[in-house]
Amino acid sequence: MFHGVFMKKVRVIVRLRSGVLDPQGKTAEHALNALGYEDVKDVRIGKVIELQVDTALEGEALNARVGEMCDKLLANPVIEDYEILEG
Amino acid sequence: MRVSVLIFPGSNCDMDAVHAWSRVLHAKVTPVWHKDHDLANPDLVFIPGGFSFGDYLRSGAIARFSPVMQDVQRFAEKGGYVFGVCNGFQILCEMGLLPGALLTNKNLRFLCEDVHIRVENDLSPFTAKLETKQVLNIPIAHGMGQYFADDETLRKLEDQGQVAFRYCDAAGALTDAANPNGSLNNIAGITDAGRRVLGMMPHPERHAEAELGSIDGAVLLSSIMQHFTKVA
Repeated sequence: MFHGVFMKKVRVIVRLRSGVLDPQGKTAEHALNALGYEDVKDVRIGKVIELQVDTALEGEALNARVGEMCDKLLANPVIEDYEILEG
Repeated sequence: MRVSVLIFPGSNCDMDAVHAWSRVLHAKVTPVWHKDHDLANPDLVFIPGGFSFGDYLRSGAIARFSPVMQDVQRFAEKGGYVFGVCNGFQILCEMGLLPGALLTNKNLRFLCEDVHIRVENDLSPFTAKLETKQVLNIPIAHGMGQYFADDETLRKLEDQGQVAFRYCDAAGALTDAANPNGSLNNIAGITDAGRRVLGMMPHPERHAEAELGSIDGAVLLSSIMQHFTKVA
């Protein structure tokens, strides 16, 4: 499906910033506690975005480009942090 | 008064808004498709509620890049008035015309019910013709309406009187029980620092006629309407 010469897979993890209430995580935490996993003290739910990028860029340069995508669209800096993982 | 109502794929309160502005308030209304590049020279741009682009990624995140939004940005920068309701509020926050963001409701539920909101001040034309502390009965219908901003932004909003409406009980008291979605400081609607951009989660266009339960929404919309009638 992806035929680009320089095709690279980049994963972006988007998380709610600390201090931002995550009711979904809280609900999952309560459910885990109810299932007997009382050692679970906090759950935060984020999302993983996988990009296939056909680019000669690597390392820092690729990170910078994907970072730009995150700043513009993929994450909302008011409420979310992101982390870029290659491969 | 000329009102342009924006329509995105997934907008679903656009016709309610067109009806309320044109038939109830007798404004001259132009519906504007999101791919158009002509706002039709409005006094007010109204961004209606709905689920633009399916709320994919985040509510309002995709709509803010629609072609028409470049024109809205320029319109606002030149001092034009913009009014966003529900998804419209989310879009205005995403594009940075308003500070903060709307998060999933604290109780995780989609809430579709009538609530009370209190008019906080008369500083912007959106509230100038309303009574301060006036309680209005307006419906909400959202899954992501929990207003959030960092401490500094919130302080600034409060200090500069940018909070236009807060959730309250029927008597106007700001209680936790009357805050349906967990919004900070019971915030239901805010303006920008210039007081020309308003975003609010409740739907005034849905309470514009007595036959539909209340005219409080029409009362709310009439404030900005009177501003332009006076100017003209």
